[in-house]
Amino acid sequence: MGTTWVPELNINLSFALDGLSAIFALLITVLGTIVVVYAGPYFENHRDLGRFYVLLLSFMASMLGLVLSDNVILLYIFWELTTFTSFLLIGFENENKEARKNAWQAILVTTAGGLALLAGLLLLGRIGGSYEISTLLANGSTIRDHHLQLPTLILILIGAFTKSAQFPFHFWLPNAMVAPTPVSAYLHSATMVKAGIYLLARFFPIFGNTETWFYVVSTTGVLTMLTGSFMALKQTDLKLLLAYMTIMALGALTLLLGIGNKEAITAAVVFLIAHALYKGALFLVAGSVEHETGTRDVLKLGGLFRKMRLTTLAAVLGAASMAGLPPLLGFIGKELIYKAGLSLAGAASIIFVIIAVVSKATATGVSAILAFEGFFGVPTIAIENVKEVSPGMWLGPCFLGLLSLGFTLFPGFLQDLIIAPAVSAMTGTAANGIGLTHGFELSTPLMLSILSVGLGLMIYSVWRRLLQPLLNRLEPWIHSWGPAAFYNHSVAALMNFARFQTRILQNGNLRSYLMRVFITIGGLTGFTTLYYSSISWPQELPDIAFFVWGILVLIPIGAISAVLATSVLMAVTSLGVVGYAIALVFVFYGAPDLALTQFLVETLTIVLVALLAMRLPDEYDYPLSSMTLVQDAGIAIGFGTVMALVLLTVLKFPFDPYLSNYFAQNSLSSGNGRNIVNVILVDFRAVDTWGEITVLAMSGLGAFALIKFVKGRAISE
Amino acid sequence: MTTLILRTTARLLITLLLLFSIFLLLRGHDNPGGGFTGGLVAAAAWTLYTIAYGTKLSRHALRVNPRSLTAAGLATGLSSGLVSSFAAQPLFTGLWFELRIGSRDILHLGTPLLFDIGVYMVVLGTALTIIFAFEEEQ
Repeated sequence: MGTTWVPELNINLSFALDGLSAIFALLITVLGTIVVVYAGPYFENHRDLGRFYVLLLSFMASMLGLVLSDNVILLYIFWELTTFTSFLLIGFENENKEARKNAWQAILVTTAGGLALLAGLLLLGRIGGSYEISTLLANGSTIRDHHLQLPTLILILIGAFTKSAQFPFHFWLPNAMVAPTPVSAYLHSATMVKAGIYLLARFFPIFGNTETWFYVVSTTGVLTMLTGSFMALKQTDLKLLLAYMTIMALGALTLLLGIGNKEAITAAVVFLIAHALYKGALFLVAGSVEHETGTRDVLKLGGLFRKMRLTTLAAVLGAASMAGLPPLLGFIGKELIYKAGLSLAGAASIIFVIIAVVSKATATGVSAILAFEGFFGVPTIAIENVKEVSPGMWLGPCFLGLLSLGFTLFPGFLQDLIIAPAVSAMTGTAANGIGLTHGFELSTPLMLSILSVGLGLMIYSVWRRLLQPLLNRLEPWIHSWGPAAFYNHSVAALMNFARFQTRILQNGNLRSYLMRVFITIGGLTGFTTLYYSSISWPQELPDIAFFVWGILVLIPIGAISAVLATSVLMAVTSLGVVGYAIALVFVFYGAPDLALTQFLVETLTIVLVALLAMRLPDEYDYPLSSMTLVQDAGIAIGFGTVMALVLLTVLKFPFDPYLSNYFAQNSLSSGNGRNIVNVILVDFRAVDTWGEITVLAMSGLGAFALIKFVKGRAISE
Repeated sequence: MTTLILRTTARLLITLLLLFSIFLLLRGHDNPGGGFTGGLVAAAAWTLYTIAYGTKLSRHALRVNPRSLTAAGLATGLSSGLVSSFAAQPLFTGLWFELRIGSRDILHLGTPLLFDIGVYMVVLGTALTIIFAFEEEQ
């Protein structure tokens, strides 16, 4: 379904819903509703609640557009809209310097990837012969056999990886945690960061079975998983713990899509849903905890289960699902991931299983940290006055937790209505027997599960005393060698370069600005004129009436007088003579409009400069060195010569009357006016004229600012 | 500069100049003139008034802030171009209608005239923004 938008550029407003986009659309709308409900009490009495809702709902619309687009350009537009709304939401607390800085980081990293994505999508459309995704998916083999297939794939992958915070672009995501918690829950765990995953899944039928895809995507996934797991264990901030676990989960999804057999795809789809449910809930819980206690540090928190029972319920359900404990959806997701690993052959299988067990063990460890340290344990802060949050804030997280439980207890619904269509949309085969309903026989995946939970509990037992302090020691090293350091250095270098060139090019000296402008224009024009055409003196001089000669003589007299003038007023008046003489020439050669305008502009210019001159000393009060005088004279004479040469060149070409004839013929019939100049200005080229009066207005404002806004003085109106 | 001679002649000239500027604006579509030149003449008239009587009286006579005049001019120009989009025509297409006056005369009115009025306002507003700023700095 769709309608054309810019048919010349193949941009159509076409939308399509299949199993894959349906999952994302459901996640976006369900979690969006929960976050909208949650944000009300969370931001109670916040002065910018209105702005928050505008941004959040704009984001929701963009994200829905992104997953429902059937046109790649349209998809890109929505993609950038989500980046932009994400930028505004990260910087929501715009008086906080940290928030502004991190918002910039997020938008710079993701738009850099977005530009790569745009290039990739344009290439894809070119080699696939269409910009409609449904057509592209049908042309998969043509695209795969094309010699530009590799650059196309790499560019698209860069876009997906930056958006989904894959290594080495992951660093913007933890920094985005300065956003209000509902934003982190919605954009930076459940939906927006999954846009890259969506893109990978969307184009999986095209690129999915190539060797490049397998190695690049799965390696990136593995590195991201390990980075996320490793970095998570050194955090004590609830949101940062969750953010690094999100990075790990995104890595896992990427890895599964990189492997790309049917088991892996099924695991990816189930894990996608499981992750959105538990991570959304846990972020909201973290928000509630901070809302009530004022801190997010797990080392300080504890014992909240007595005070916040419903929030604790949501937290426990979420943490258990993240740890992969039955009977929650996270458990099924984890089992399917192990199954996918076991379905591989040889060394790949072993590597996969080891990495999966390690990251799942970390997830279990983090879940235990969240639940035990946060809600049970002994607090170091006073929690006597802590009370349960209002219903709007516990309803959502509890609902998500129970949904996770319900899906597992009654798996048929999820399997038939949601997962099977998505898997078949990606693999092109009917997805039967996904096996959500497997029993609790002592299979290899179950044993791996038990192993990872055991390891996770071990991690938890040594975390507080040993692991976290140890990892914290590595902080300086990561700080100076991680990808974030590279980003910081690049930005700093760019700013230094900007400062350097501003110092050189915009030194504040009006004389040097004018000098550069004249040298550039004169140099380039002169070069082009001399290089591309020969100069010749006109064979015969046109017949000029004697009184016109009189006027023509006035022009050089005025110019010489201006040069020799000893005061500003004198120089300006002399230039006025030049202008009036030129206007007179216009009169004699049949351009009354030009003449009229020239007269008026000259008059006003002289009045303006005279007004200015009254404020300046009458004589030039600064002596110019002879060096400067020679230099200025050289520039002036050079520029004048170039202009004369251009005119001589122009005269060599015969006058082409096409346009003037066109305007003469059509001015009355289509423009309803007899004055051709005016009809051109207000009708044929009205858009140009509007642009010009805008420039005029802006320059007026600029002049106003220059005169009025003097440093250290109030503006008087 | 506020001499008696200047003040007396200014009063006479300003009226004539302003009338002339409107004359230029209205005849512009068929004869030399138009919003730009009209605006320049009006700016000249106001400059004369400013020099003769000072910015305070001049501002008072203008009644609106020259910067608001500029903005209103831009808006007028743009809206004259938007009218055509409501008639399913490309942006800035001139639309005309004829007003019959008496038995014989027909007045052509159209969006280009509105556009020219916008140009007139921008030119006048910009010139006065600068001139007032200069004058008030002294």
